[in-house]
Amino acid sequence: MKEATSPAQHPVDTATGHAARAASILDLVGGTPLIEIARLRAGLSPRVRILAKLEGFNPGGSVKDRPAVWMVRDGLRTGKLRAGKTIIDSTSGNTGIALALAGAVLGYPVELVMPENVSTERKKIIRAYGAKIIFSSPLEGSDGAIRLCRKILEADPERYFKPDQYFNPVNPRAHYESTGPEIWADTAGTVTHFVAGLGTGGTIMGTGRYLKERNPQIQIIGAEPDDAWHGLEGLKHMASSIVPGIYHEDELDRKVSVGTDAAYEAVYRLGSEESLVVGQSSGAALTAALQVGREIDAGVVVAIFPDFGDRYLSTSLWFGWRDWQERERVKQGGGAPV
Amino acid sequence: MSVRVRIPTPLRRFTGGAEEVGVGGETVGKAIEDLEGKFPGIRERLCDESGRVRRFVNIYVNGDDIRFLSSLETPVKDGDELAIVPAIAGG
Repeated sequence: MKEATSPAQHPVDTATGHAARAASILDLVGGTPLIEIARLRAGLSPRVRILAKLEGFNPGGSVKDRPAVWMVRDGLRTGKLRAGKTIIDSTSGNTGIALALAGAVLGYPVELVMPENVSTERKKIIRAYGAKIIFSSPLEGSDGAIRLCRKILEADPERYFKPDQYFNPVNPRAHYESTGPEIWADTAGTVTHFVAGLGTGGTIMGTGRYLKERNPQIQIIGAEPDDAWHGLEGLKHMASSIVPGIYHEDELDRKVSVGTDAAYEAVYRLGSEESLVVGQSSGAALTAALQVGREIDAGVVVAIFPDFGDRYLSTSLWFGWRDWQERERVKQGGGAPV
Repeated sequence: MSVRVRIPTPLRRFTGGAEEVGVGGETVGKAIEDLEGKFPGIRERLCDESGRVRRFVNIYVNGDDIRFLSSLETPVKDGDELAIVPAIAGG
């Protein structure tokens, strides 16, 4: 159950620096592209750049491939994950997909505790990887999944390896060792602001620490739902949630509150104006990045776009799209739909 | 008559912590009105200024999404379960 090779042994595409050929799909995690947000720039100084890091390019389709693969490999290294163990964790979806992928590659069974109302697409992808889903109450959200997972683990602790994304320091370490260095290299050290949504806090903690080490002036900004009652799947309103053990708010320079409607509208605009169909947490990240960008005269703002939108097509995100499109059409004088 | 309304964690501050409450009304809209009468402030969390269900709020009658029924006009009867389901947060 050990991987045969490490990423360093694979041929590298000299133009992109990314693996050109890989023995394992896990070796393709990371190395995601940065793209300039070129049109959605209302109110920005010409000296401000907004760059989005497209984490949907990871093989499991989200930023969560990074912590999942790092945590599973760490489990193998420390012996906590070994033959006979089942990988289990609670997740709102993307970590589940990433763990299911890693488990399938490495030959370990995977069980995931998720609220019953996660998107149909996520459930299907997870099952396609052969993992088992245990549903928690949709009314309890991801905190309900956290509690149910703890219960299952307590009942049979020997059976499981729990990566524990909310409390495992290897989660932020994945970003310290990959996301941070990638952003530093791909902006040639010019990044001035880093914006990421708050979920487990892993992305912002790990990436933030790396960037601060390279340049303490870089501002680390968390995008957070503006209320406990929100529609930003994947993001946490910290004041009303079980606060993840890896999340240390004092390491942030600031938080920006993002409303659900604003984030959804950003998603719709990204589709038609930037040709990026993304999830709602990307809309939240862009909304926060634009707010930050409007407050400065010059800078390079990097925002994490955690995934693409195709895993939300059945959700409330896209139920609202037609209404928005119609309103836009009316606003623009009844012309052709945008 | 009484419709059982299942309240999600983030809205239980309106219901004094209750996970389930009973309301009257022949439609989902009327049931929400009654809910508002009992727990003032909760309707604004569910519906926008124009009175429509907020786009990120999911309401199910006996497990069926009211978007695919008749939205707020969906009929409800004694013993039905109306579930208010939030988005999924965090990782």
